[in-house]
Amino acid sequence: MLSRTASSLFWLARYMERAENVARILTVGDRMASLAHSLGNTGNEWLSTLRAAGCEDGFFAQHGEANGTEVIHYMVADANNPSSIFSCLETARRNARAVRTALTTDMWEALNQTWMRLRDLDQSAVVAEALPDFLDWVKERSLLFNGAYANTMLRNDAFSFTRLGTFIERADSTARILDVKYHVLLPRGEGVGGALDYYQWQAILRSVSALRSYHWVYQERLKPWLVAELLILRHEMPRSLRAAMEQVVLHLDLLAGAYGGKQGECHRLAGEMHARLRYGRTEDIFQSGLHEFLVAFIGHIAQLGSEISDLYLM
Amino acid sequence: MEQGEAAGRRFAQFDEMHEDGVCRAQYAMIRRWLDDLPPQQLALKQHEAELLFRRIGITFAVYTEGGGPERLIPFDIIPRVLDAAEWDFLARGLRQRVRALNAFARDVYHRREILASGRIPAALILHNDGFRPEMQDFDPALGVYTHIAGIDIVRLGARDFCVLEDNCRTPSGVSYMLENREAMMRLFPGLLARHRVAPVSHYPEELLDTLKSVAPVNCPAEPKVALLTPGAFNSAYYEHSFLADEMGVELVEGADLFVDDTIVYMRTTEGPKRIDVLYRRLDDDFLDPLTFNADSTLGAAGLFAAYRAGNVTLANAVGAGIADDKSIYPYVPEMIRFYLGEEPLLANVPTYDCGRAEDLAYVLAHLEDLVIKEARGSGGYGMLIGPCASRAEREEFARKLRATPTSYIAQPTLALSTCPTCVESGIAPRHVDLRPFVLVGKEIRIVPGGLTRVALRAGSLVVNSSQGGGTKDTWVLEP
Repeated sequence: MLSRTASSLFWLARYMERAENVARILTVGDRMASLAHSLGNTGNEWLSTLRAAGCEDGFFAQHGEANGTEVIHYMVADANNPSSIFSCLETARRNARAVRTALTTDMWEALNQTWMRLRDLDQSAVVAEALPDFLDWVKERSLLFNGAYANTMLRNDAFSFTRLGTFIERADSTARILDVKYHVLLPRGEGVGGALDYYQWQAILRSVSALRSYHWVYQERLKPWLVAELLILRHEMPRSLRAAMEQVVLHLDLLAGAYGGKQGECHRLAGEMHARLRYGRTEDIFQSGLHEFLVAFIGHIAQLGSEISDLYLM
Repeated sequence: MEQGEAAGRRFAQFDEMHEDGVCRAQYAMIRRWLDDLPPQQLALKQHEAELLFRRIGITFAVYTEGGGPERLIPFDIIPRVLDAAEWDFLARGLRQRVRALNAFARDVYHRREILASGRIPAALILHNDGFRPEMQDFDPALGVYTHIAGIDIVRLGARDFCVLEDNCRTPSGVSYMLENREAMMRLFPGLLARHRVAPVSHYPEELLDTLKSVAPVNCPAEPKVALLTPGAFNSAYYEHSFLADEMGVELVEGADLFVDDTIVYMRTTEGPKRIDVLYRRLDDDFLDPLTFNADSTLGAAGLFAAYRAGNVTLANAVGAGIADDKSIYPYVPEMIRFYLGEEPLLANVPTYDCGRAEDLAYVLAHLEDLVIKEARGSGGYGMLIGPCASRAEREEFARKLRATPTSYIAQPTLALSTCPTCVESGIAPRHVDLRPFVLVGKEIRIVPGGLTRVALRAGSLVVNSSQGGGTKDTWVLEP
């Protein structure tokens, strides 16, 4: 297929996934902010939300202070923020339009309807009282898009490039969401394992639709190292780093197979990242620092994205 | 004064459905269907059609809107119907005309016999923007220049069809012909079932066969076809992607192409792939920065050299536009006589060439009766419709005419035929034209039908979608 087409499919899927993940991160942020409020803490939840979304630098280039209203507007609707939900959905559709012939009708309609609805939305309501509904809607649209392409696309190279976009972005995002907890400092007097700490971990699990899964898998109360294990190492958890990397490796291998066995640095790197997750241990991750582990992982994902691009998308 | 009235007084206006107050045979069932349909139902169906089109994503960025907001071309649910005899006549006329247009382009880029014979002034060709000296003595595959032609037809009477304009470069609109039929089948399956309407949905296959049949001499194997588009911001992008999709060929942009040793390749995830036939929906000027507009990033450097080396076919050919220029148009009947030795089946609209002193004098004296067009304009931009224009507008235009007379042609205001159309107040006659698409490769093929455009404003004669026109499904009844 055309490199440009592959590139558009890859970025289309990445931006749809990013829209969903920004919505998820905002849901956590909103929840943490209201928890902090009810527990009498004026915390830095919005700052950590910005960090988790990788939006910190862009935000402070325009704003002085991270308060709820401005962070929400920046992450939902700001056209100057390429990762705002509006920008993500806009970019996703632009990529879709550029490769209309490579999409199935169902994929296109899922995207196009999302975009048409977006145009008609009342922005001021979306960033205020209608925010929870809007964030739910964004998640729904992304799930619809994922379902549409998973169920209608031919299982060929186009499908693999789309899959790669989804899972590279998801791995990146789960790592960032988990890292939010690192940035949210507990207030003085609130100990690790206290009520606030507990609710914060719970919010993280909820944001990746994993609270129920946690209870199914562990059948005990929330413990930070188990939450981390679930989201990093457990392959049965569909948004875990390992599950995402499993898909990345699978589709890179399928592409190599389809293209006469040709492999590149992206295959080696993805294999290495996957092996670490597959054979890694929670104790080791915590010993050398969860935050450090996540930061290194996010760096490797960025590297992997650019290697994929070098081999296939240029 | 509304132009419809003006035109109506001068000509008897032909209605596609009614003749002398009696419903014409091919419309009988549609008439009954409309009579039985409650008025609310009509509006409802019209609304349904709009939703259908919006969902499918047929949009048309209009140039003056900066390509930004995507706008829908209105679709009218009442079909325009041609019976088998009418179509047979049209198809014969179209074949004849397109054969002559191709013969003309071939002659212009070779021996120029028609100029030598004095039938067309040489200056008209050699100083024409559509003329490409780079094409001199080049032989495109099978000698075809215009592979896809869109010929705009207007109807002035029961047996009176005229060609208003030839489009020999990159005519668009065929996707609407296909989507309109699809929409009618979804909205009114019963109505279609009661008629024997000739199908149109095989157009993409016919197009692909045509393109493969003109593969270049050096084509190594089964020809590989691709469609070259200027990109997603082009007003006809939807059509480009639609056709590529339907034909199952790659939709490429200039950045996807490169030329190595006069062979054209596209960049793919598996490495470079050779292309043999490019259905290009990009104007000559932008094809190759090395030969034409040096600033263009839409084409590919070296494409023209590859073309001249016989390693790729461009459809339509570079320079094909020489045959559809509005200043050449008056000479098409003469071309038909000269190259084919036949009398033209389809008439031309009488045309005044403002570059000729006596014509200019006539035009200036009759501005209020004429339509003045730019010789090289398209899309209904930059024209004056005399009967509709104010005195000030006419005077303004007269100044332009005197300043650059060769840039303009003039035609009488035609009483285009009307067809019943859904409007706010119910059903009313509106002016229509017709653009059938003619495919030229090893043989000439015409899918029965075309794009019927309708001027939705009462009395308006401008059917261009960029000027608020709509479209209708066009039915050709089988014998």
